[in-house]
Amino acid sequence: MPSLRLLNVNRTFGRTKAIDRVSLEINDGEYVCVLGPTGAGKTTLLRLVAGLAAVTSGTIELDGKDVTNIQPEDRNASYVPQQYALFSHMTVRDNVAFGPLARGLTSEESLRAADDMLKLVRLAHRATAFPHELSGGMQQRVALARGLAGHSPLLLLDEPLGAIDARLRVILRYELRKLAKGLGVTVLHVTHDQQEAMSIADKIAVLRDGALQQFGRPSEIYEAPESPFLANFVGGANFLEGVVVREAPDATVIDVAEGFAITSSRDGHGRGDFVVTSFRQEGTLILTNASLEENVVPGRLVSTNFLGSFLRCVVDLGILGEVVAKVPVREALELRLPDRAGDVVYVRANRDRIMIFDRPGRPLAVELEAF
Amino acid sequence: MRDGSETSRPPQDSRMGPKRRVLLFLDSVSGSRSARIAAYAVGVLFFLIIVFVPPVFGILLGGSKIFEMLSYPDLMSRGASAISASFAIAITVSLMDLATGLPMAWFIVRSKSSWVSTVDTLANIPFIVPTVALGYSVLTFWSGPQGIGSLLGSQFVFSPGWQMIVLLHFAFSYPVIVRVMVGALQGYNEVYETAARTLGASTFTAVRTVSLPLLKPALIAGFLLAFARSLSETGATVMVAGAFENGPVFIRNAQAAGQQSPLLFVSLVLIVTSSLFFVAIRVFAPKMQLPMSGVQPKLERRLSSMHAVMSRNLLAFLVFIFFVIVPSLFVVLPGASAIVDGTLQEAVSGTGIWSTYWQSIGLSYLVALVATCLNVMAGLPMSVLIARRQGGRVISGVLDTLVNIPIVVPSIALGVSIGVFWGGVTGISEFWLLVFAHASITYTYFVRSMIAAVETIPVEVEDVARTLGAKPLMVFRRLTIPLSKYALMAGAIMAFTRSIDETGATLAVAKKLTTAPVLMVNWVKGTVPASPHAIGLGLGILVLTSFASLLVLTIVTRRT
Repeated sequence: MPSLRLLNVNRTFGRTKAIDRVSLEINDGEYVCVLGPTGAGKTTLLRLVAGLAAVTSGTIELDGKDVTNIQPEDRNASYVPQQYALFSHMTVRDNVAFGPLARGLTSEESLRAADDMLKLVRLAHRATAFPHELSGGMQQRVALARGLAGHSPLLLLDEPLGAIDARLRVILRYELRKLAKGLGVTVLHVTHDQQEAMSIADKIAVLRDGALQQFGRPSEIYEAPESPFLANFVGGANFLEGVVVREAPDATVIDVAEGFAITSSRDGHGRGDFVVTSFRQEGTLILTNASLEENVVPGRLVSTNFLGSFLRCVVDLGILGEVVAKVPVREALELRLPDRAGDVVYVRANRDRIMIFDRPGRPLAVELEAF
Repeated sequence: MRDGSETSRPPQDSRMGPKRRVLLFLDSVSGSRSARIAAYAVGVLFFLIIVFVPPVFGILLGGSKIFEMLSYPDLMSRGASAISASFAIAITVSLMDLATGLPMAWFIVRSKSSWVSTVDTLANIPFIVPTVALGYSVLTFWSGPQGIGSLLGSQFVFSPGWQMIVLLHFAFSYPVIVRVMVGALQGYNEVYETAARTLGASTFTAVRTVSLPLLKPALIAGFLLAFARSLSETGATVMVAGAFENGPVFIRNAQAAGQQSPLLFVSLVLIVTSSLFFVAIRVFAPKMQLPMSGVQPKLERRLSSMHAVMSRNLLAFLVFIFFVIVPSLFVVLPGASAIVDGTLQEAVSGTGIWSTYWQSIGLSYLVALVATCLNVMAGLPMSVLIARRQGGRVISGVLDTLVNIPIVVPSIALGVSIGVFWGGVTGISEFWLLVFAHASITYTYFVRSMIAAVETIPVEVEDVARTLGAKPLMVFRRLTIPLSKYALMAGAIMAFTRSIDETGATLAVAKKLTTAPVLMVNWVKGTVPASPHAIGLGLGILVLTSFASLLVLTIVTRRT
């Protein structure tokens, strides 16, 4: 049975559509990330589910029960806001015991539940501290423990790792998933960090301008994004606009500029269609010698940046614009790419890695914008 | 998935104490929409029926009698000049306060001198001294035989009149500006000023073009508070006015002479004009640009020099000492003499005029206590309603403006209006009239303090608690109240001391009952014969009780 179901949910503020016809089904125990650029409506979506904001139209169901008009305290979906909102006048233990107490347990039972939860997040030794005495990472764990102690089956996390420094953030995200999975709770986790979403979510719901763009497993969204925006926002990609000139099984040929054609193994587009081709930055290869293979385009290496395991190379393809290639560092060093800025190089992408989208109704640059 | 039903069982458990069961029951009741509406309705109705409508609109019940005055041209011109004098004095005094209080506030916040905390405390004193005591103090300092004349010669002596009203109002409204500006400056990030200075602005230029515009909301708030205090003050003004009349003095004289129509007419005009002035300032002042176009680097650099700053501080201090502190504390002299010459024994034994004195003190405290309790109970839901925009943006915004009106309108005019309103209702005793008048006048102090505190609690705190299963009442008693308890107590004490201090509305509504400050006005004006030493002692006792309140306030708020 789905734990959470949204049916055609809308929320408008005056004329702006904060949430635009969103339908979603999340199963018991699933860890779902809501991913989107700033202002996409992620927090609003979370607040609608929590009952802290009312839907303009549509239905929200929790555990098969319509809760659209139910007060937040009766929904059993606990919310952990961005800045945690720890109760500053209470100790860590009292913070965590608040939920059980609010749900009618006696104070002894509540404190016991709090202590159990604090043990789980490894903060039992700070039970009598006040929130302001703790580090950011500890505060985050207290907020989590508080959200979990009342045994809500659904946990709503708003950028739970946003206030934590980059290195710790990466460690904590795996912990977060492990904790949720251990307790069997369903999680809705809002983030703008696509890497975070990709690495911990069972499923990702990508939101843009209040509308759901795609909902699926991280690998699905990476392998088969449904729009140029999704390809760019999740994973990053290069784009070339063109027209389909030939269509055969296993090979669609797209004319991207005078004399340049790109062949993709994907089909579904007919001759004469205006399309956008796209290939992943890490699927973009760089050759230092000319080649007669298909999908090879000459260009000039503009700059390189060292990203650790990859070398990020920017190549100017002249009339086709710039593309970015992420070349595995060992390969890049063998080709001596860091020393070749300004040289002519050849960019290549395999036909089975070239995606084809309908050309969007607005300029490509606008379609790709993610802010 | 875990089963949520185990934890959300109905809160009836035999192991629970009766108190907790009652609380849980009340909490669960508060979840219903009607219970919340009822709580807010109590707050709004109390505000409308007790605090707002009778003092502001009650006067209209005076009917045609109000306008009889129109047919007496001499009375009309007297009334008109009294009202314009009120506004002229209030504006002058508020501007003087800004000019001299701002450098002082700057010194208190920015100086690293070890004298800062002493100056800070001293600047609060006129705040604490009840205005009637301040009035007598100013009166004896500027015109008494032992006052300034005995030190500097008779050419420095003022006789009662408009100059002395200005001196008095300056003394008691000065700390208002200093308090507001110190608060604002402490919350102001100096980095804006530093940034301006690294871009080549002198200190003076940086303050003028960057800091002051950013501090404008506080400047407006301070100006309005000082303005309202000056416009409203009655008791002390009566003491120092002599034959001169401003609005409140005119009303009091009309009342003493039994002239109904002028009393009502001038009250009505004061209520309307002061409310309009307030709303106009609230609407237009934020849009007003501070003069900042153009910079004269040379002049402004010179004004930023050590010497300029030193002389500015020196001037601010001299004004503070000679026009605020010494006149405020001069009442100590007759008060001290009273301790040694036997007046104290009379007072303690309660003979002669002292028996009424102690009665009036008792009445003052009882009225203040009842009025404050009513305000706390009815003001709490109102504060949440306004701070959390519970009634929607428009209704909350309107209420937010309306709650300020009782401190803006001169209290004697409020009192006249309250008297007219409840005069038509039989069976209301004079005591309750007094309570209602005091509740109305002190309401704003409590509610403003609470609104400010509730606004600093992040909404997310309450949101989280709701999603954790807390009913609205539980959120209120476990989070909202504990997180704002200092503001709650500070607001209540402020309302209480303001009530003890109140004269204007009290003079207007009370015919048989006499509160302590009104009795003091009568002693000073000679309606009741009392020696200067007795007056000094009587006022001294009032001052001491005020200091005690301040002490409690300081202890309470320091624990934050």
